[in-house]
Amino acid sequence: MKDLSMEQITNQYFDVLQELGNIGAGNATTALAQMVGCKVDMSVPQVRLLEFHELGDIVGGDDQIMVSIFLQVEGDIEGSMMFIFTKATAAHLVNKLMCGMLGIEEENLEEYQFGEMECSAVKELGNIITGAYLNALSGLTNLKIYPSVPQLGIDMAGALLSVPAVEFGVLGDKILLIQTTFSDDVELDGYFILIPDMNSYEKILTSLGVL
Amino acid sequence: MSEVIKVGMADFKTCRGDDAVTTLGLGSCVGIAVRDPATGIGGLAHIMLPDSTEIKNNTNRPKFADTGIEDLVNEIVRMGASRSRLVAKIAGGAQMFAFGSKSDMIRVGERNVMASKKKLNQLRIPILAEDTGDSYGRTVIFYPKTGDFVIKAVGKSEKTI
Repeated sequence: MKDLSMEQITNQYFDVLQELGNIGAGNATTALAQMVGCKVDMSVPQVRLLEFHELGDIVGGDDQIMVSIFLQVEGDIEGSMMFIFTKATAAHLVNKLMCGMLGIEEENLEEYQFGEMECSAVKELGNIITGAYLNALSGLTNLKIYPSVPQLGIDMAGALLSVPAVEFGVLGDKILLIQTTFSDDVELDGYFILIPDMNSYEKILTSLGVL
Repeated sequence: MSEVIKVGMADFKTCRGDDAVTTLGLGSCVGIAVRDPATGIGGLAHIMLPDSTEIKNNTNRPKFADTGIEDLVNEIVRMGASRSRLVAKIAGGAQMFAFGSKSDMIRVGERNVMASKKKLNQLRIPILAEDTGDSYGRTVIFYPKTGDFVIKAVGKSEKTI
């Protein structure tokens, strides 16, 4: 196992990782629906193993401005996790969450400038969504998983994604991305990136009984 | 017609004439632009990690500062540039998230910049300008003919170094 590369692991256990992603994203969607107080549908998440240079195109271009939540994971497994979504999605959700108090117009979501209040709301959204995701993973594997306080970043997709990419870069030449489309009355795009370190992969797969 | 060639993460591209090379959204990665002013031959490398010798899976040479810059320079020289005339500009190496973490990976931007400078020094290529560090992403365009290295960032005015 120690000699396996990241690529070999992900190819071999792709279905398992896809199922983990499914359950995690499902939980996250439920949490999101409870928080914004309306029905949220979720598409079947797509799990992709991408080359680094493909990453930006998938999320709509390297220079597309995105909002991301990044946190470290500790406990039985170690690594980090990122949830990244478009600025329009973030603005829409914040609007919902704050019951329209900020007066964000749905037509101008892309242009909306995030202030302190909005950033704080987005951070909380990210906290809940990633927390629900990790809870599902923890429940499934019986492993203790403690997330750190999330960090918020609003910048070009390529720049944000370079952070998890670098962590994957240590392990191999590809990155594992879980794409989920949520929708309430509008379509919302979000992407999860979970980056366990090498030992943690082993632990996850072992605890699921597939290794 | 001049063309702008896109360089992806862990890759490098070269060009000449009126063409330019660009890379979008540099975060903790570093963009290293190298050119020969006399011939106008140049290129841009987009490296992700500082040192290929620190990592077991190191066959992807453009991913690392040391091997990536070496390959870029060799390619430029192979295209007809003179090794002794080469000059460089660098950008990127931001710290996108402010973690006070034990992990070395978090400071990877800073380490990428240091490793890039070290490699360029080793190859005796002078660094004419840099725009590195801080905490925001950068999109860069490099024109080997003029040496202009244009840097764009979200919410900031465009600058040329």
